[in-house]
Amino acid sequence: MSQKNNLISKEQVLHVAKLAKLSLSDTEVELFSEQLSHILGYANELRDLDLSNYPPTSHPIELENIFREDVVIESISNKKVIDNAPQSSNGQFLVPPILND
Amino acid sequence: MTIQNNSTDDSEYSEYEPTIGLEVHCELKTATKLWCGCKNSFGEQPNTLICPVCLGLPGSLPVLNKKAVEYAIRIGLALNCTVQPSIFHRKNYFYPDMPKDFQISQYDIPINTDGYVLLTDGSKVGIVRAHIEEDTGKSTHFSSSGRIHESTATLIDYNRAGIPLVEIVSAPDITSSEMAKSYVNELRNIIVATGATDGKMEEGSLRVDANVSVKKKDQIELGTRCEIKNLNSLRSLGKAIDYEIDRQIQLLNSQKKVIQQTRHFNEDLNQTVTLRTKEEAEDYRYFPEPDLVSLNPTGEWINEIKLNMPKLLIDRRQSVIELIKDSKEMSQLIGTVNTLVDQQLDTLFIETVGFGSDPTLTLKRLTNEAANSIDAAKKLNSKELAYLINLETSGKVSSTQSKAILSNLLENTSETVDSIISRLNIQSFGDKEIEQLLDNLILEKQDEFKRFVDGDDKVIQFFIGQVMKLTKGQANGKSVTQILLKKRNG
Repeated sequence: MSQKNNLISKEQVLHVAKLAKLSLSDTEVELFSEQLSHILGYANELRDLDLSNYPPTSHPIELENIFREDVVIESISNKKVIDNAPQSSNGQFLVPPILND
Repeated sequence: MTIQNNSTDDSEYSEYEPTIGLEVHCELKTATKLWCGCKNSFGEQPNTLICPVCLGLPGSLPVLNKKAVEYAIRIGLALNCTVQPSIFHRKNYFYPDMPKDFQISQYDIPINTDGYVLLTDGSKVGIVRAHIEEDTGKSTHFSSSGRIHESTATLIDYNRAGIPLVEIVSAPDITSSEMAKSYVNELRNIIVATGATDGKMEEGSLRVDANVSVKKKDQIELGTRCEIKNLNSLRSLGKAIDYEIDRQIQLLNSQKKVIQQTRHFNEDLNQTVTLRTKEEAEDYRYFPEPDLVSLNPTGEWINEIKLNMPKLLIDRRQSVIELIKDSKEMSQLIGTVNTLVDQQLDTLFIETVGFGSDPTLTLKRLTNEAANSIDAAKKLNSKELAYLINLETSGKVSSTQSKAILSNLLENTSETVDSIISRLNIQSFGDKEIEQLLDNLILEKQDEFKRFVDGDDKVIQFFIGQVMKLTKGQANGKSVTQILLKKRNG
């Protein structure tokens, strides 16, 4: 599939990759542009169907109102919580500064 | 509009008008978090109220807290919203305050839409939506300079991550910092009254983001807005808005553009500073949360919530106003009505008036004399109180006597009015008794009475003094005046 037929342009792939904090090689950009376009092309086929009698669904399973009662369950220990953290300090997660421009 | 910068000419400001919309986040008073059974509690040791769901560990799944939904519906109803079927979305962003890299919120189909809040001055602020979402973790920024921008590391406590919030989004109906404060104050009163939240700004259980823009008065489209995050007191809210209005007007006046951005209010500097510029960062790629099904509260459930909801502030005020609306002093009494309701004495007031007491006098006695001992006042027997007020209205006891009896009643709310009257040896001086006393006095003090008959009204005080002396202060001064005037005219 050539670039101009792709529903998802290389620029769009790069934009999504940036939002997802992924760095992609040129080959990957080309590949994903093609693959994503293919997926969207399939979704486009659905447009040809008459779906006027089907209400939109937000979830494939027809269930609603699944609740939990407001009852406290014991939390896990601070040690266990912090165990997997790459860095911690006094029971807190230590991460790089987050507001540098 | 309050102008903070005195060096700028006011006339430059008068061409502009601010448009303000507020987002109020309030934490719900549930026992547990929104998606898991971890305790919902403030001020615990960091990262001790945590489970795999809070940490977004692989395989963990959220399950919606029913109580949180009930509280959200209470808030929606209290804000005159439509409660509708809704779904949850993932709001995706990279920021370590959510370990799963997204926040579960509601996007295009929120649970509550289209309501309003009436402010005490009668103006109306529209509510666009009030949706359910989870709170994020708490970040503490380290820096040598103390500036958020120059931090060298960040500490994260996830105890707050997953605590249920309702975010209340106002329409851009607010036009000044004063109105913004009045709105938040009234909104807080209303939602606290529902029992869904405690509304403590100082503990962060109620936080406000302000969207502020300015435009020329004749301009139709709104100006570029800036969002000021996390204002946690009414004072900072007012100051941040005033500063921001001022900053934007100055930019526009010097032919510069306002850049759409998120700003932070620095309490110490008393100004707002840039946090981040809105570009791609705002692309949250919302999509329906696949781990949760739709929320569709039945009409039956909504009705049940409505019936069990504490009576709302505005309705309580209205019930009191209904009873005093014929009073001549109505306009001066409005503030007193708010006090009565704030002090939770409105039920007692309504019961007392139900026993036939004069509404205006009852309101005054409850908000003046009883105000100093609220706890005792709440225990007052409405029937006894009505009896006392009726004694005063009919002139059987004077206002001084009535206040003395009430003060005794507040010291021991189980004593009856009659028992206090006999214990204090309070004598009732009706009009007949007072007239008799006056007749004797007039014979004794003929000169003074003649001056009064000739038109010297100051002498009335003299006779009141004499009657009070004879009755040991237990007569009603008003009755003395009335009887004297009757004698002169008749």
